[in-house]
Amino acid sequence: METVVFALLNGLIYGLLLFMLSSGLTLIFSMMGVLNMAHASFYMLGAYFAFTLGQHTGFWFALFLAPICVGAAGACVEKWGLRKVHARGHVAELLFTFGLAYVIEELVKIVWGKFAVAYEIPPELNYSLFELFGSQYPAYRIFMLAVSIAMLAGLWYLLKRTRIGLIIQASLTHPHMVSHLGHNVPRIFMLVFAAGCALAGLAGVIGGNYLVTEPSMAFSIGPIVFVVVVVGGMGSLEGAFIASLLIGFLQTFAISIDSSFAEIFSFAGLSADGDIGRITIASLAPMLPFLLLVLMLMLRPRGLMGEREF
Amino acid sequence: MSGTAGGEMLKVRDLHAFYGKSHVLRGVNMDVPKGSVTALLGRNGVGRSTTAKAIMGEVAPKGDIWFKGEAISGLPSHSIACKGLGYVPENRDVFPLMSVRDNLLLGIKDMRKPGRWSIEQMLDMFPNLKSRADTAAGVLSGGEKQMLTICRTLMGDPDLIIIDEPTEGLAPKIVTQVGELIAEIARAGVSILLVEQKLSIALKIARQVYVMGHGEIVYHGTPEEFRERDDIRREWLEV
Repeated sequence: METVVFALLNGLIYGLLLFMLSSGLTLIFSMMGVLNMAHASFYMLGAYFAFTLGQHTGFWFALFLAPICVGAAGACVEKWGLRKVHARGHVAELLFTFGLAYVIEELVKIVWGKFAVAYEIPPELNYSLFELFGSQYPAYRIFMLAVSIAMLAGLWYLLKRTRIGLIIQASLTHPHMVSHLGHNVPRIFMLVFAAGCALAGLAGVIGGNYLVTEPSMAFSIGPIVFVVVVVGGMGSLEGAFIASLLIGFLQTFAISIDSSFAEIFSFAGLSADGDIGRITIASLAPMLPFLLLVLMLMLRPRGLMGEREF
Repeated sequence: MSGTAGGEMLKVRDLHAFYGKSHVLRGVNMDVPKGSVTALLGRNGVGRSTTAKAIMGEVAPKGDIWFKGEAISGLPSHSIACKGLGYVPENRDVFPLMSVRDNLLLGIKDMRKPGRWSIEQMLDMFPNLKSRADTAAGVLSGGEKQMLTICRTLMGDPDLIIIDEPTEGLAPKIVTQVGELIAEIARAGVSILLVEQKLSIALKIARQVYVMGHGEIVYHGTPEEFRERDDIRREWLEV
């Protein structure tokens, strides 16, 4: 019971953090038609910006300022980079974002060094909020949960309840028609790209100090975010939401299961001696998202809720 | 050319357009007078829709286009639309997952500057759309979708609307209704460039007729003059 409750809470928090990254990525995918390989790099920039800004302004200002800076960086990349490459087709775009991911990583190494920086949880949130089954639950995780839910509500309201949200949705599917109605679609695309990057930046701000802020952080989370977007269905926000939670729960549950294959097999009345028997479920956790990706592409290529096949 | 009292709304001179290497428009010259319907006729593939797309900036135009006396050739589509040029493309691009009302809402360019048509007025004019105002536009019939795209463009308060093949694939009764709607819009003072393949509607409501063949204008006259020209009809329009 205890394990289940902790895994549920942690899975939810991790899943919502993934959604903060995948929501932007899936919107940008609908717009460009290809995955933005550099998306997780904006997540990393969020963490580093928050670290540096936080030294001057404190964490709370950095929480707002860093995503804005990341969004501005995203807007520049879209306006002066991607928009020009877009005319040359999908392969060029994909390669552009691929290169950009490496450029950002190298820049981060030059500016902040090759090793992890001391971006830490603010002291005012570094305490245990409540006790659950005899274990302390850190307040910062609940803070992450609150920020994620606020972001989710804000995004939903913007897209479903405002006119600009309707214009964004229409632009993603019918860009020509929307511009014939007098809406500046290139500017809308720039805003979507910037907002997607800002969301990734926000995930970096609240995740960087909880996990670790280092130059390899983009490449460690990036592939998982791609899995979320493909499993959820390319271009579907609802799908990305479900897939984020699914992968969040899948990973945290797998990590919390210590049993090995030998134990499971013996429980089922089978015997599994030798090397395979020694493998624990927990050690499979990092593989599970990618296994899901492979199975999804084989069995249901359009993902959970996607409209087109990948 | 035009010689109408209201003067020209749209003036096209030596308009060329290319799809890759194929030269689709080969010097189109055309005038759309103010406050009436002008028909652009021709068989499939002669460049009628490309003319519309080139004027609207969706296909890169080479040549001169003036709208209300202002050069618009080469401007981005949204700037052209904001100058008061509306466009209803041939594929009836409704936003399928959004309600009829939201589709109309997106036709408004600037919420701070309401045009002469309001959403409620528009729905009152079309009981079919009103009864389905909160339904997703994707499930409407072909005729209803056509009405909706025209109404959506009207929400942006245009001075001229280019309507591309509004009657294609519609039942004869609906074709008549669409024709009546277009005539009514013209009576309300909006100029119309009607791009069509069918002659029936065009000859009934148009004040001027242009016929296109092989990427250029091959005939220009009034519907009365056109009716006398069986040679033009045979050579450029009959299938």
